[in-house]
Amino acid sequence: MLTCQQLTELVTEYLEGRMSLWRRAQFQMHLGMCKHCRAYIHQMKTTIRTLGSLPQEQMPADIKAELLKRFRSMAPPERK
Amino acid sequence: MIGAPVRGVPASENDLALVAQLRARSPKAFSDLIDRYHGPLVRLALVFVPSRALAEEVVQETWVGVLKTRGLRENRTIPFSAFADQDGDHEPAVEAARFQASGMWGVPPRRWEDVTPEKLLMTQEAMQHLEIAVSALPPNQRAVVTLRDIDGLESDEVCNVLEISETNQRVLLHRARSKLRAALEEYVERK
Repeated sequence: MLTCQQLTELVTEYLEGRMSLWRRAQFQMHLGMCKHCRAYIHQMKTTIRTLGSLPQEQMPADIKAELLKRFRSMAPPERK
Repeated sequence: MIGAPVRGVPASENDLALVAQLRARSPKAFSDLIDRYHGPLVRLALVFVPSRALAEEVVQETWVGVLKTRGLRENRTIPFSAFADQDGDHEPAVEAARFQASGMWGVPPRRWEDVTPEKLLMTQEAMQHLEIAVSALPPNQRAVVTLRDIDGLESDEVCNVLEISETNQRVLLHRARSKLRAALEEYVERK
């Protein structure tokens, strides 16, 4: 059976769906029996979700306006 | 004509439509392009430069450069081969001292929702803590986790952008996520 320590090293392989069937079965069996590892997986999923909600950078409005001005002044569309 | 697509990842219908509008000189398309890619580009630039101000500057120059590539004809990949895994030593996902000799938990993680509302992790303070932890990662790990988990790219897209193998990408992602989980755990435990 996998140890808890081994499971923590396999968690990304598991979450990325890159495990062999046999390994996945071992992993799931361990999770079924170990509440601490279930907590670990939960923490890892929460971490990933939190990363996904970090605020996006926005371009300062004056710079965007300048870039759009340059874009408008570019050569006319390409012809086929 | 637009260059050949980057190997491996077909352009999405949205991207193809955007490119067509850009070629027709639609200002709205250019504005949408900035809105969509400015944030991810700044985060990527932060992997290489030491400050946010400098990253902003680099990305602004990048946009100016985009405008100078006559008709957006070029579609080149950034050479990123120097980005292979440079971490020689094995970094454990969780410090070994937290396990018993048997490999089972000695100091187990607590279930966060039992300890504190998950809402805590959505506070500005927690986000800042996480941002700092991301910026402290080695550059290769930071690049992978930024593109994958913050910007939401698929793993094959990350491999293409960084020109690394799928296995290498997963190892770097694993190390980065493990450290960021530990950083959040430390934050939650402190609260």
